[in-house]
Amino acid sequence: MNFKKVFASLLTAAMLVGCGASTGGTAGTTTEGGDSEGKVYFLNFKPELDETLQGLAKTYTEKTGVDVKVVTAASGTYSQTLTAEMDKSTKPTLFIIGNQAGVKEWSDYAIDLTGTEIANELNTDAYNLYDESGKLVSIGYCFECYGIIVNPDLLEKAGHSLDEIKNFETLKTVVEDIHSRAAELGFDAFSSSDMDSSSSWRFTGHLANLEYFYEEKAAGKTWTECPAELTGEFVGNYKNLYDLIINNSLTDPKDLATGGHDAENEFKTGQAAFFVNGSWEYAAVSETVPNARMIPYYCGVEGEEKAGLNCGTENCWAVNSKVSEADQKATIDFMVWLVSDPEAAGQMVEQLGVLPYKNAPESKNGFLADAAKYTEDGCYVMDWATNYQPNVDEYRAGLVAALNQYNADQSDANWANVETAFVQGWATQYAAVNN
Amino acid sequence: MSKYKHKQGKSNASNLKAQIRQWWWLFLLPVVAAFLIGFVWPFIQGIYLSFCSFKTTSDATLIGFGNYGRALSDPTFVHSFWYSALFAVTSLIFINIPAFAVAYALTQDIKFSNLYRTVFFMPNLIGGIVLGYIWSMIFDGILSHYNTSILLNSTYGFWGLIILICWQQIGYMMIIYIAGLQAIPTDMLEAAEIDGATKAQTLFRVIIPNVMPSITICMFLSITNGFKLFDQNLALTAGQPFIMNPDGTTIKTTEMLALNIFNTFYNSNAASRGTAQAKAVLFFILVAAIGLVQLQFTRKREVQQ
Repeated sequence: MNFKKVFASLLTAAMLVGCGASTGGTAGTTTEGGDSEGKVYFLNFKPELDETLQGLAKTYTEKTGVDVKVVTAASGTYSQTLTAEMDKSTKPTLFIIGNQAGVKEWSDYAIDLTGTEIANELNTDAYNLYDESGKLVSIGYCFECYGIIVNPDLLEKAGHSLDEIKNFETLKTVVEDIHSRAAELGFDAFSSSDMDSSSSWRFTGHLANLEYFYEEKAAGKTWTECPAELTGEFVGNYKNLYDLIINNSLTDPKDLATGGHDAENEFKTGQAAFFVNGSWEYAAVSETVPNARMIPYYCGVEGEEKAGLNCGTENCWAVNSKVSEADQKATIDFMVWLVSDPEAAGQMVEQLGVLPYKNAPESKNGFLADAAKYTEDGCYVMDWATNYQPNVDEYRAGLVAALNQYNADQSDANWANVETAFVQGWATQYAAVNN
Repeated sequence: MSKYKHKQGKSNASNLKAQIRQWWWLFLLPVVAAFLIGFVWPFIQGIYLSFCSFKTTSDATLIGFGNYGRALSDPTFVHSFWYSALFAVTSLIFINIPAFAVAYALTQDIKFSNLYRTVFFMPNLIGGIVLGYIWSMIFDGILSHYNTSILLNSTYGFWGLIILICWQQIGYMMIIYIAGLQAIPTDMLEAAEIDGATKAQTLFRVIIPNVMPSITICMFLSITNGFKLFDQNLALTAGQPFIMNPDGTTIKTTEMLALNIFNTFYNSNAASRGTAQAKAVLFFILVAAIGLVQLQFTRKREVQQ
C-alpha cells in the first residue's frame, strides 16, 4: 500500500514536471518584457553549436531582458522538428533554410529580409538564398569548406610531404604507399568511411559534390536551380577518389555498412593520415593535430592542379513570417547582436569559422585559411552544387544502398548500380519532387 | 444498538450509491478527456488531412481524393504492404509458439521460475530504436565473417527483423499466456489426470481450449504489432537493400508500411504530406480490418469455463 502511494505520487510529480518542461521552456529566464516586447525562438540545426548558443541566449536575456529560447534539433532530424514546431502556437521565430529544396518548402514561412538591419550587416551576398520571385528568403550566417583533411606530420613520418600532392596521381601514390606500409608505420592512410547515417553524408553529400561541380564547370555555368538531370560525365572521377578512400583505409570496405567506427577519433589519435570532412572539424581536430591542413578533392580531372576547396554554406537564417512583428523585430535584433557584439560574434566565429558580416572578428580556423590561400593562389573554388540534390534524403538513401553493395563486392555490376543511383536517381527524384 | 448501527451503515451505503449515480461522469471525465484529446481528435483531424494539401497541419487546403489516388498508385506502398503482411504472419507464428511453450514450462514446478519470467520479459522494456541498433551490431558482427551484412541481403534483413521482434515480444506474450494458464481450474486438470489423459491430451484437449482467450489477445497483438512495426525497422535496415531499377527508381526491399508512410511524409514534393496522410488512413483501415477478422476467427474457438 505504502509502495503504491509512493509510486502514485512519484508518477504525479513526473507528470507535473513533464508538463512544466514542455510549456515552461524559457519561463524561468523571463525577466521583464513580456509579450509586447517580442520574443526570440531559434530552432538551431547544428548540434555542435548548441552549447554556445544556449550561453549566448542567456547573456542576451540578461543584457536586454528579451526572452530567447534556443532549441536544437537532433542530428538529421531538422526537417521533422521544424515541421512539428511550425504547427505550434509558439513557432520558431528564427530557423534554417539552407538550400534550394528548403526555399521551395519553407519560402512561404519566411519574411523578405531585403533591406533589414541584419542584411545590411552582411559583407557579401554570396551565401544568401532567394526564391523565384526574388525574395531574400534566408541569409548566410557563416560559411564552411570541405575537402580532405591531412595530418602533414604523419606524411613526413612516412617519408612524404604535403607539397608532393598536386593532383589525383600524386595523391594516389602517397596514399597507396602509406597503406601498403601501414603495419610498419603504425598508421594507415584514410580513416574509416562508414555508411551509417552519422557518416554517409560525407560521401553521398560532400564527396558527390565533385561530380556536380565539374558538370557545372564543363557547362561553363553555375547552377541557380536544380537541373532536371545530370550528364554523369564525372562519375568516373568520383569513383577514382572513392575507391582510393575505401581501399586504403583502416577499415575493410566490407565492414562499412552498419558503421560503428569513429573516423574523427582515428584521425585525432594519429591512426590515420587522411580524413574526409569539413572546416567545422577544425576545433576538434586541431586539439591533437595542430598542423592539420585541408586539400581539395583531387579526382583525376584535367587541370585539377588549380582546384581549391569546396566552399559554401547550408547555414542560412530565415525569419518566420507567421509570427508577430514584435517577435520578428526582436529576432532580427538578436541576429544583429550575434554577428556584431564583440563577445557574441567572437564565440560564433570560434565555433563556426568565418562569419560573412562587417563587424565580425577574424577567424582562426586553419581549414578556412587553407581555403582562402587556394583562392589567393588563383585556384577555382568548388561551390556547393550538392545543395541542389533533389529530394535529398531519398536520393542519398539510394546512393548509400548502392554504395553498400559496392563496398562488399567491388564488381562492375555493382558500380553500375551506384552510377544509376547517382545519375538516374537524380532525374527520378527531380521528377518525384516536381510532378 | 447493533441493529441501529447496521441501519446507519446501510443508509450510508445507499447514500454513497446515490452520490455515485449523480457524480459518475466526474470520475469518467479525465479518461474520456484524455481519450478525446489524445485519440479521437487527432484521428478525425488525420482523416480530414488525408483530403488536404498541407505543409503544416494548421495550414491545410482541401483538395479531395487526389491523395488517395497517389497513395494507391505508388508501387512502393503496395510492396511495403505485402512485405508487412508476410512479416506479420511470420512473426505471429514465431512469437506465439515459443511464448506459449515458455509460459507452459514456467507454470510447471521449476525452481526460480519467477526469475526466468523476469528475464524473459526484460527485452520488452528496451526501446525499439535501441534494440535495432544493438541487433544490427550483433548481426553484422557475425555476418562480417562471411563478407556480408544485414543491409546487403533482404533475406537476412527479413529474418533479422523476425529475430529482433521475437526477442522483444516473446516475453510479453509469455506473461499473457502465464495468466491464462494459471486461470485454468485445477479440478479440471485433476479430472483429466484421474481419467488417465496423457500429457499431450491434457495439453490439446484441456489446456489450449481453456487459454483460447489469451491466444486470441496474443494473436491480435502480434499481428497488429507486426503491421505497425516502425522503430525496429528504421534502426535495423531502414529499407536496405534497395533494388535499383534502370530508370533510377528504387524498391526498398525491407521497407514496411509505417516506414513507407514516414518516408513519404518527409519527401520534398508539395503533395507528399497529404499522400502520406492518405496512406496512414488506408493503413488504419487495413490493420483494423485484419485485426477484426482475426478476432472473430479465434473468438469462435474460445470455450466458457
